[in-house]
Amino acid sequence: MELFDVVFLSRLQFALTIMFHYLFPPLSIGLGVILVYLGARHLQTKDPSFHQAQKFWTKIFALNFALGVASGIVMEFQFGTNWASYSRFVGDVFGSALAAEGIFAFFLESGFLAVLVFGWNRVGPKLHFISTVMVSLGSIFSSVWIVVANSWQQTPAGSHLVPMTRQILDSNGTILRDGMGRALIEPWVIDGVPVVRAEIVDFWQLLFNPSSLHRLTHVLLGCFIMGAFFVLSISSWYLLKKKHKVFAKRSFFGGLVLATISSVAIAISGHQQAQNVYLHQPAKLAAFEGHFKSDGPADLTLFGLPDSESNKTHYRLALPGVLSFLVHDDFTFSKPVLGLDRVRKEHRPPLWIPFITWRMMVGIGTFFILLTFTSWFLYFKGRLFECPWLFKIYVPSVILAVLANQAGWVAAEVGRQPWIVHPPIVKNTSGDFVLDQDQKIQYEKTTIKLQDGRSATITAGLKTSEGISKAIRGEEVIASIVLFTLIYLLLGGVWIFILNRKIQAGPDPAPKKYEPFKSQSAGLFEVPKKQDSHSRLIEDPHQSRSLKNSKKRKAKRND
Amino acid sequence: MTEAFFSTHDWLCLVWFALLGVLLTGYAILDGFDLGVGILHPFLAKTDRERRILMNSIGPIWDGNEVWLVTFGGALFAAFPEAYATAFSAFYLPFMFLLFCLITRAVSLELRSKVEADSWRKLWDTLFFGSSLTATFLYGVAVGNIMIGIPLNPHHEFIGHFSDLIHPYSLFIGAVGVIAFSLHGALFLTLKTEGALQKRIRSYLWFFFWLFLGFYLIASLWTLISFPRASENFHLYPVLWVIPILNFLAVLNVSRAIALQRDRFAFFSSCCVLAAFVFLFMAALFPFILPAKTQLQNGLTLFNAASSETTLWIMLMIAIIGMPCVLAYTGIIYWTFRGKVKLDDHSY
Repeated sequence: MELFDVVFLSRLQFALTIMFHYLFPPLSIGLGVILVYLGARHLQTKDPSFHQAQKFWTKIFALNFALGVASGIVMEFQFGTNWASYSRFVGDVFGSALAAEGIFAFFLESGFLAVLVFGWNRVGPKLHFISTVMVSLGSIFSSVWIVVANSWQQTPAGSHLVPMTRQILDSNGTILRDGMGRALIEPWVIDGVPVVRAEIVDFWQLLFNPSSLHRLTHVLLGCFIMGAFFVLSISSWYLLKKKHKVFAKRSFFGGLVLATISSVAIAISGHQQAQNVYLHQPAKLAAFEGHFKSDGPADLTLFGLPDSESNKTHYRLALPGVLSFLVHDDFTFSKPVLGLDRVRKEHRPPLWIPFITWRMMVGIGTFFILLTFTSWFLYFKGRLFECPWLFKIYVPSVILAVLANQAGWVAAEVGRQPWIVHPPIVKNTSGDFVLDQDQKIQYEKTTIKLQDGRSATITAGLKTSEGISKAIRGEEVIASIVLFTLIYLLLGGVWIFILNRKIQAGPDPAPKKYEPFKSQSAGLFEVPKKQDSHSRLIEDPHQSRSLKNSKKRKAKRND
Repeated sequence: MTEAFFSTHDWLCLVWFALLGVLLTGYAILDGFDLGVGILHPFLAKTDRERRILMNSIGPIWDGNEVWLVTFGGALFAAFPEAYATAFSAFYLPFMFLLFCLITRAVSLELRSKVEADSWRKLWDTLFFGSSLTATFLYGVAVGNIMIGIPLNPHHEFIGHFSDLIHPYSLFIGAVGVIAFSLHGALFLTLKTEGALQKRIRSYLWFFFWLFLGFYLIASLWTLISFPRASENFHLYPVLWVIPILNFLAVLNVSRAIALQRDRFAFFSSCCVLAAFVFLFMAALFPFILPAKTQLQNGLTLFNAASSETTLWIMLMIAIIGMPCVLAYTGIIYWTFRGKVKLDDHSY
């Protein structure tokens, strides 16, 4: 691979920036749900320890959210900077999902985040709770839109390919018009090649494309696991250090409930999703499984070294027939599963990365189920909080949750290669793959009619290598990669440093009695009249006088 | 010359062009003042407490303000994908640098208060200042370059070089941006501060105003003389004269309100000035969204850059449902955090 290869470098940069960004959103979504729970319980029970927990996790949430926003801006613009040809091709379809994310999700979360973080003394408990719900909803909406957009690239639906037309301009840049004042339109053909893009036909089909619900469920459950293990990790650490015992026990228990439910649910969702991947992207699933042989029963590879040259997985440890069972729900363990031998070399994804990351994700998920079930076993024996070894496992397991979230996405995205927009697979009416004369699967082609009566046949997708910006050069991308690496290393370091400080400091002691907000009696929007009590941090000796003066002034104005 | 005929698609393009203007105006007004605060804070605040007051004046709202930019980007991508693709790949390096600044800005605000050490705070203060200044300047430079036009081929791909983007006019517009946002930020701060700090901020207002007025007049003249295309639409559609007239009146009104010490009025006028700038810019571009520099026929018109009619309709529905919600949230947040800044234990 050439060093200055713009496609390779841009992919590298995208991987770097998205993986750094994706450290934060899952935690925001996961913690967001936990904050909603704590807020609701606090309103319901008036138990001050819920308020204590709310405040502690909100501080961490805010820090995490800020980094998510900062690293997220990059993502939105990178489609244009590095993947301009892709943007031209998909903008009509993909752009609307992104714009909807901005309008429906980002405004919601960023707006109410202010109330959640800074509004403790400014709004009543109910409005504060509503804000928490809004922030959490906003972050979930945001994942909805972005997963929908991504899923459309995996399994396009509700769109078609259209040859573009354009207005004709003269050399002065004036639009040419006919006698009626209509702009003259011509088919847009450059060097004999018509310019084509995907356009929306049916918005609802696009929204509910074949993979979006499966993938959304899986992503959200991954976020909940992230939040749950984050809470479990910190509270385990407190339990090990014998600090903040009451707080830590309650948090641990809550985290355990969420972690168990999500870990079991994600296994089910993962199974369904993998079956769905097989239907729409068989090459991807074959790469996940290191599966080459399409004939006969399909074995499930546990370990091995897949080799794309010899079409074999070496040193393979496999469960016979299990892949047939998993893919087809086939209790005879014998139905064939399409393997990489039915995929043309140029249509195969890279093998190693999907194979390994897939195993990482599934392995960690399985481990989480075992770990949480063990914890419940100990809990029912009444020995849960007497097992320091268990907490020693929980403390670092948050890293596994991060890895599983990252690995899942890497597997999904690398497994989609060489396509940036994956074309549908040709199937017959009973849903079987239709093979060509070389016994390979076929990718759907569309025939587009050109304005001059001719027609052209093109693949109904876009290769990653064709999506690149033509205006950028390798050196420029290297420069930006260096820039991002530096700033992300710095930010990552600072994030861990501050996170550590906050964790070390621990939650503020719970208030003795129920006095959640100073403005209890005030209406929803009313700012508490007496704010002086919060100004104690201000060391200015003239402060009280200037405050009085300002009040006087205000009073005068009101007169 | 025959009157131009507008098809449904043309009208939708125009509506979306205007909506982009609205989003950009929202961004310029809202993030404008917090960029301004970023530029001014090392000069206006003398103590750490004062600096915290300035930081906290934008603390709860900067994040929401930046969403206007993100949504602008999303809307540009969806409504005018060709323009989105061409502009961002053309301005690759400056744009990466802008992203770098936006990241730095966001985190310096968030991280500054987390450690008490002087050197820590100084570091983030410096970064906050530097990134706010550079981001503002780059916005101005981008606007300047779009006014000049950029070298494009028939694919609408940028064929120039980084050095093509460095032009005295675009650099000057960058400076105008910095001064306009500084004035805007200072006016915002008069609303958010009190006592000695407010008095000090007031004393700077005239300086920024006169500086702004000078730059504003030079920029207007420069544009009129060097880019005759910019004023063509004003001859074709005389109703557009409303924009520059309102712009000028708003500028005058800023000075009147400063003199009367009517802070809200001054800030409001400054908002109008920025809104008028955005719409002046767009009126000057039309029917282009991204004009070409030398081979004018390669410029991107609204129509040639736009999405299909179906998509523009869908987007319009999304906007009609979404925008009232956005305005409602924004209203609630600004209402909740209205009034002078009071530091409490949740502040930055």
